[in-house]
Amino acid sequence: MLALDRVARTVLWQELVTGFLMTLRYMFKRKVTLNYPYEKSPLSPRFRGEHALRRYPNGEERCIACKLCEAICPAQAITIESEPRADGSRRTTRYDIDMTKCIYCGFCEEACPVDAIVEGPNLEFATETRAELFYSKEKLLANGERWEREIAANLAADAPYR
Amino acid sequence: MPKLTIDGQEVEVPPGSTVLQACEAAGREIPVFCYHPRLNIAGNCRMCLVEMEKSPKPVASCAMPAADGMVIKTDTPMVHKARKGVLEMLLINHPLDCPICDQGGECDLQDITLFYGPDHSRYQENKRPVTDKYLGPLISTHMTRCIHCTRCIRFINEVAGVEELGAVQRGEHMEITTWVEKALTSEMSGNIVDLCPVGALNSKPYEYKARTWELKKTESIDVMDAVGANIRLDSRGPEVMRVLPRLNEDVNEEWISDKTRFNYDGLKRRRLDVPMTKKEGKLQPTDWRGAFGAIREGLDGVPGQQVGFILGDLVDAETMVLVKELASALGSPNVDCRQDGAKLTSGDRASYLFNTGIGRLEESDAVLLVGANPRWEAPLVNTRLRKRYRQGGFKVGRVGPAFDLTYPVEELGAGPETLTAMIDQGLGSQIAFADVLRAASKPAMIVGPGAYARADGGAVLALAHRFAAAFNIVRPDAGWNGFNILHTAASRVGGLELGLVPGEGGLDVAGMLAAARSGEIKVLFLVGADEVDLSGLEKSFVIYVGSHGDAGAKVADVILPGAAYAEKNATYVNMEGRPQRSKLAIFPPGEAKEDWKIFRALSEVLGHTIPLNALPEVRGRMAELAPTLARIDEVVPAAWTGAIPVGGDVVNQAFAPAIEDFYLTNPIARASGILQECSRLFVDGHDVKATGTHG
Repeated sequence: MLALDRVARTVLWQELVTGFLMTLRYMFKRKVTLNYPYEKSPLSPRFRGEHALRRYPNGEERCIACKLCEAICPAQAITIESEPRADGSRRTTRYDIDMTKCIYCGFCEEACPVDAIVEGPNLEFATETRAELFYSKEKLLANGERWEREIAANLAADAPYR
Repeated sequence: MPKLTIDGQEVEVPPGSTVLQACEAAGREIPVFCYHPRLNIAGNCRMCLVEMEKSPKPVASCAMPAADGMVIKTDTPMVHKARKGVLEMLLINHPLDCPICDQGGECDLQDITLFYGPDHSRYQENKRPVTDKYLGPLISTHMTRCIHCTRCIRFINEVAGVEELGAVQRGEHMEITTWVEKALTSEMSGNIVDLCPVGALNSKPYEYKARTWELKKTESIDVMDAVGANIRLDSRGPEVMRVLPRLNEDVNEEWISDKTRFNYDGLKRRRLDVPMTKKEGKLQPTDWRGAFGAIREGLDGVPGQQVGFILGDLVDAETMVLVKELASALGSPNVDCRQDGAKLTSGDRASYLFNTGIGRLEESDAVLLVGANPRWEAPLVNTRLRKRYRQGGFKVGRVGPAFDLTYPVEELGAGPETLTAMIDQGLGSQIAFADVLRAASKPAMIVGPGAYARADGGAVLALAHRFAAAFNIVRPDAGWNGFNILHTAASRVGGLELGLVPGEGGLDVAGMLAAARSGEIKVLFLVGADEVDLSGLEKSFVIYVGSHGDAGAKVADVILPGAAYAEKNATYVNMEGRPQRSKLAIFPPGEAKEDWKIFRALSEVLGHTIPLNALPEVRGRMAELAPTLARIDEVVPAAWTGAIPVGGDVVNQAFAPAIEDFYLTNPIARASGILQECSRLFVDGHDVKATGTHG
């Protein structure tokens, strides 16, 4: 009897039909894939993407060269040098992040007392050469200018939970 | 001896101790800001409050004398509440700018707040603004951070001995200031940076350059003078970022002079980093092989008698061992480590050491300075003398040029004739001071380079020995030797211990230079020697081995780049005869090598290979030449023979100052921009701030 049952399933293509039915059912359901890069998934305000150095609304750079991010960085990706600027304030002369070392843990952001270094929402910063991933202060400040609106919105959205 | 109970534990402390010291003796840590063991007690920060039985209020333990039967509690709710309250008050006006403060990471206020302080601020009003003060090129001020502990005021007035810092107004309006805006003129002023428990006073050259946690700390020895102050070099990468003192009660306590603290930028300027040879009248960079080849050619066929070695002020003992070996291999008797022309001789150790010891100066009750200016020649010796003066019952007399030493000094005369007169009888103040010396239980005399480093220096030294005998300054049976030679160079005592003085028929520094000018000396090695008159040496082949492009490098035919004190593991012997070892903090720049290795390599090229291949071997040979140098950080007392050296006739000429410019005494200091600035301000006296009409 058992043998007869198996033969009948084989002859009538039972597995095949079940499979096709499943496929047919999904043809009428809602799509979950995205047509990246034309479509993108939503990101949490806490998303940790590419780094940026922010400025105050009056244009003054926020970073005060306290080097807390450098100290906390577990991958030792940050290199900072500092000296007094002409007006006597403490500023960095060099702020480098080696993006090939960075593990995107977000500790730098956590450590920063003035919200200068942040990990913004940008995740599309792949480069053609390795050298382009060694970010300098200019690059980071430019990132800050480009992403300021999104970063500020994310910080505001996350502020109640900090 | 009062007996106290501290947290249920009984301790006995010496009479005159405070409750704070008793608590420390019982192993309790009491947080303090204003209290400092080496300064007077102020009792104004109130951080050290503890609970005392039968007292209605907590007491300030730093100012409360320990008495018999006191019952102290340091860990009760009352103490915790008091500490929290004091910190909240201190933090009312303290800006919370730790991220930009150079003290951040090593700040007493930060640490104590973390352990004992409140976790948040209740203060809503405006904080007190205070304008920053100008205290000179070494100290930057952020006066809003000041918590009025007055440590800086007490240090400058008590230890440094210049009354230039004080407080105006009171209560919340109190401000630390120099009254009339001016730079602090003390050569010890840098210490207030270490004393400041917050970030109000910071090192100006170090300002905003680094954070404390990223610095590599290396324990080292200072070479700016012959005191051998114990220092810590804080470096980051290839750079020394700052110099801090290390505690050594016998040498520098916990102070260092400004020259020690701020010479570090000289380590990266004017450096010799590549071997050079002179081609067509110009120095051209070459490699080690080329430089050694040039030296071999220069030495070709030159007999040992016509080769000379002059050793400078910063040479370490290891290098001197190799120089001595090389000189004897070449058959040259012309070796001299006494660059300043000192007439001290090797051999009898007691005749060239600071026999009393720097720490034991505190025991003496009368000191005679002979041609010495300790304030410039050895600031830390001067600090000891001032410390002794402040304890009272102490007289200082001086034979030599007048100079403000920060304590009263009796002027006895100008030159050697005063010593002769005092031995015989003397006149006026001389008689009075002679009586003081005779009555003293531990008299001392300090003979400075102004006396022994002159043409008739040998005769002056003989006279000083006669003086010591006449006034019974050395008392071996009482364990007291008051005969002291004050040195100015870190290398000098090491050189004398190792016997780097002219051998049989050899020439001393002046002789060598004269012979080199006349062409009798054909090859002259200058080992870091820059402070001698190097003019007119065209007839001889000059080889300069050293770290900085100073006077010696200018006249050299071959330059071999060496390492400065921060860049080698080396032994230095201080004026007491105390060998101390420095450690490598950074690597020498470029092609530069440790000096002893240069001489080892050179000896091989010259065909006289010295069989010392590693540092332990060099140190082994050093111990053979001078056994005392193997006993690190130990002073082996020198036996007093009482023999009076032969010296010739004394010229009755006033003792001249040995140092003209405290800040620029050696190649590293001269290369330092900070010390150049200090010299311009304090020695040349240009402390005038630029106004609108200047340029």
